[in-house]
Formats: sequence, C-alpha cells, structure tokens
Amino acid sequence: MQNPWVYLGLFLLVGIIIPIVPIAFSALIAPRKPNPIKQSTYECGIETVGESWVQFKAQYYVFALVFLIFDVETVFLFPWALALNAQNPAVLPAFIAIEGVIFILILVAGLVYTWRKGLLEWA
Amino acid sequence: MDASQIIFFLSAALILVSALFVVTARNLVHAALWLIATLFGVAVLYVLLEAGFLAVVQVVVYIGAIAILFIFAVMLTRRDLLSQSSQTNANWPVALGVSALSLAAIAFIARGFGFSLDRPLAPVPTDSLERLGQALVSPQQFVLPFEVASVLLVAALVGAVYVAMNKK
Repeated sequence: MQNPWVYLGLFLLVGIIIPIVPIAFSALIAPRKPNPIKQSTYECGIETVGESWVQFKAQYYVFALVFLIFDVETVFLFPWALALNAQNPAVLPAFIAIEGVIFILILVAGLVYTWRKGLLEWA
Repeated sequence: MDASQIIFFLSAALILVSALFVVTARNLVHAALWLIATLFGVAVLYVLLEAGFLAVVQVVVYIGAIAILFIFAVMLTRRDLLSQSSQTNANWPVALGVSALSLAAIAFIARGFGFSLDRPLAPVPTDSLERLGQALVSPQQFVLPFEVASVLLVAALVGAVYVAMNKK
C-alpha cells in the first residue's frame, strides 16, 4: 500500500463498523419489554429535571468564533513551517521566520482586542 | 471500475443524500450533523483529486470549526422556536428559479472546459505543500498577500467580536 490515504480509508471503515456491530447485534437479540420508567432519560441515576434541550450560554458562540479565526491561521502556518524547514529555501530562513512572526503578531493584536473588550471573561 | 471510481461514486452519493437531508431535516441539530457528512464527502473528493492539504483544511476548518459554530448557534436558540417555524416561506419559487439558473450557468460553463472520463488528472508534485509554503514566503511571489491574509483575519475577528459584543 503505497498510498497513505488507503490507511485513512481503512481506519474510517473500521471506525464505522465497530460501533455498528454491537448496536445491530443488541437490536437483533435483545428482548423488548418497554415501560415508561425504562424509557425515561437516564442521567447518573438521578431523576432528570426539565428539558434536555437547554439554551446554552451565548459566550460559547464567541469562543467558537475566535477559535475559527485561529483555526484558519494554522492553515497558513502549515505551508509556512514546511517552507522554513525546506532543504533549499528560496529565501533566507531568518527572513521566513520573521514573516511568520509578523503574521502571528498581527493576529495576536486581534486576540488582545478580544481580551481587552472582555469577551474572554466567563461572565 | 477501479477503486477510486467506486470511492468517488460513494462519496458523491454521500454528498448529495446528506445535502438533501440538511435542507429537509426538521431538527436543526440533525441538519448540522448531515452538513458535517456533506463536508466530509467533499473532503474525500479532494483526496481523490490528490489535493491532500485541501482535504485536511476542509476537515480542520469546515468540520472542526464552522460546523461546530453552527451547532453552537443551534444550541443557543430555543427549541419551541424551531418547532413552530415553517421550513419554507413565500419566497421558495424564487429560490427554485435562482437555483435552476445557477445550475444551468455552471453546466454551460463546465461544457466549455471539455471534461471527459478519459482525460487524465494533471500530475501533482509530491512536494506541492512545500512549494505552496515557498511561494507564500518568497518576496517575488505571495509574501504580501500572506501578510494581508493575517490582516483580513484580524478584520474578521474584530468584526465578529464587535457584533457579538454586549453593547451597553
């Protein structure tokens, strides 16, 4: 297997099969005698209170937004890191490193702005 | 049919079916999960096109961040709001017309490229990601867009923070 993606595909296949087998097996052989107590939501043995669909804190959304920005940043840093590690770099490695630092520093300014505006505080 | 064709048809079917479920699912959380399946199918297509980095970006950014953002947005809404609202509104014939026109335009343009089954894939160099990195950092090429991309990201961050901010 020279193509590394084949391994990933195999992992995917095994990852799909492993949960399906026990679920299908128990669906096939398990006896079904439902009653209201059996069907109620189980949570650590304590009786459940209220709905399962609770309204989440809006702050999670801000964290997800900030995470999205830095996620895209890492996308740019992967090819940059490879260029820095190249055998015969087109430009001086120090120059490449400084470019990356500038790239990150500009984004740090955004992080500082978010921090100063108090959006990272768990209010 | 060789293995890559079978994988292509499987992932194309996954994309189409899950995209259909995204728009028809009554439960918004289910719609978000089907959207993840759609995006994953697109990532598989990128792998088949030998654009491995793009596939990783698809998984990391679209599934890892944007889909999570959608799920958070759904969890922020109230459930009774969802069950009362209708899935369509009065604009659906207009939307259908615009979609049909877009499909026709894409089909018309794609005919001009001369796609065919026996046309081979353009060879992809094994060090394509390193070449991308070199292009991003060399002053003759894209070092300015590389830094401007950072500014653009900061602009997006500041804009999102400003909108999300609790104005007093």
